[in-house]
Amino acid sequence: MSLPAPAKGLYGVYGGRYVPETLVPALDELEAAWRLAARDEAFRAELAGLGESYGGRPTPVTLAERFAPGKRLYLKREDLLHTGSHKLNNALGQALLARRLGKRRLVAETGAGQHGVATATVAARFGLECVVYMGSEDMRRQRPNVERMGLLGAEVRPVEFGTRTLKEATSEAIRDWIATVETTHYLIGSCVGPHPYPEIVRELQAVIGREARAQLLAAEGRLPDAAVACVGGGSNAIGLFAGFVADADVRLVGVEAAGAASLGAGRPGVLHGARSSLLADSDGQILDAHSISAGLDYPGVGPEHAFLRDSGRAEYVAASDEEAVAAFRHLARTEGIVPALEPAHALARVAELDAELIVVCLSGRGDKDLAEVLAQ
Amino acid sequence: MTAAGTPWAAAPLSGGAKALVVYLMAGARTPELAEAAVEGGADIVEIGFPFSDPLADGPVIRRAAERALAEGMRTQACLECLACVAERVEVPLVPMTYSSLLEAYGYDRFATDAAAAGATGLIVADLPAGERPALRRIQLVAPTSTDERLRLAARETDGWLYLVTIAGTTGARESLSPALAGLAARARRATDLPLYAGFGISTPAHAAAAADHVDGVVVGSRALEAAEGGPGTLRAYVRSLRDALRA
Repeated sequence: MSLPAPAKGLYGVYGGRYVPETLVPALDELEAAWRLAARDEAFRAELAGLGESYGGRPTPVTLAERFAPGKRLYLKREDLLHTGSHKLNNALGQALLARRLGKRRLVAETGAGQHGVATATVAARFGLECVVYMGSEDMRRQRPNVERMGLLGAEVRPVEFGTRTLKEATSEAIRDWIATVETTHYLIGSCVGPHPYPEIVRELQAVIGREARAQLLAAEGRLPDAAVACVGGGSNAIGLFAGFVADADVRLVGVEAAGAASLGAGRPGVLHGARSSLLADSDGQILDAHSISAGLDYPGVGPEHAFLRDSGRAEYVAASDEEAVAAFRHLARTEGIVPALEPAHALARVAELDAELIVVCLSGRGDKDLAEVLAQ
Repeated sequence: MTAAGTPWAAAPLSGGAKALVVYLMAGARTPELAEAAVEGGADIVEIGFPFSDPLADGPVIRRAAERALAEGMRTQACLECLACVAERVEVPLVPMTYSSLLEAYGYDRFATDAAAAGATGLIVADLPAGERPALRRIQLVAPTSTDERLRLAARETDGWLYLVTIAGTTGARESLSPALAGLAARARRATDLPLYAGFGISTPAHAAAAADHVDGVVVGSRALEAAEGGPGTLRAYVRSLRDALRA
């Protein structure tokens, strides 16, 4: 395993379990199942096999010389994974966990729709019922993914509260789980939420970093100077970082959306079951995030990122909507790759990074974002 | 009262009467509404401190929280509201809130200031037993709670144990949850403290049926709906529950 399991789900002063009592026994049950599964050779073999035969792992790394002249920039191509983003890594693993728990129904939240699509996909693959909560504003922004989820047999429930984005969708998914916890597994999409979710999601996404590390060593004979990824909840970043966190010379750089910089502009608080760094006011009321990218439009972040920031092991910067759109267009023109708007934020910070050999997690493909970008 | 110190004052009930707990959202009208609730027969008043993202709450309390926040009911204003209520009624007052507010205000400071404003207890909807044990509060248990967790909650709770009747969020239901009887029986084996049931209790019939198993009932969402009709409507609603509990 890439990082030690946290004691009681705490990453320094972050993490924990701030949930209604109804969910605590289910979280205990999930943690016990996860501990057994993580040690179970058959579970790991089945997950690896599915990743390979169904997901398309290992995903390649691509040298992007025209996008970043003067640097050695490698893109870790999670956009080529089945369903078009890294979200499948987590969804496959949690679906296997749900099966071990005997849960026949999956509930999930989605922002950009990529996690909803990944969850709907594994639900179809394993014959499970699937309900995805999505803010009505995000449904407008990410229409193709809404249609894909329907095609895959999932029910997409619009969330009309508050900002009508990922924050409210997550709250609604958790409320559904509170009411259906005996039969339902909550397939959370990022390294957020109450313990043990941040740990489970990190371990399931750690395959990104494991592969990238070996691929960079094979291609360049050395480790990268920097590993860079976008951070909303932070799952692709924590997965990439997991491969390099023990390599002290590799800089870990997370890129947030400027209007959703929970790490850059946040304060400690509690949201969706965990203590982390949040966009909140001085009374602890959660503030609205703003980003062109539905997947980064979230006022919280995984507790482990808050810990990595405080410890100084990782650094977190921001990119604006305009910078992300410019990087989106530039990668399309220079490399023939249309990235999702989320990793376009990470790409936007590459040029100025004081590093020569860089790996960026290209966490998803941009088909879903065409309409939004072309409207700019 | 300090966070690590003595318990809040326990509910002063006697003679085997069933307790009636009424939830109101903090706001400009809360003092007169609390007075009406007590006139109708409420034994304890919960004061909701609104939070932007209340995971345990259904649509009625969520909307009430949104309105309260829009009216500026932040922590300081809620504490002032609590103090105003305390001037008007003699019954125990219990703020009900979420961890995020306490994170921002400071857990100990909140306990101290709430007690100074007249609170006699505290409920934090997303701080289950075992988390921050130094903060004295009324613990919630649910039908999903294991016997081990019931015992932990009973050890840590302050004055009474709050039985969540259903797996679900706050809000009225058609009928009383069939899970309550089993939960109450298990909780009796775990503690001698009073057991009050809430979540999904909205009608006099629910209240009477719940009272067969527990020592008191909590009404929230339906009380907020009644409160929208003004003090008279709330008083009549609470009285109908009080009468059902006496019968």
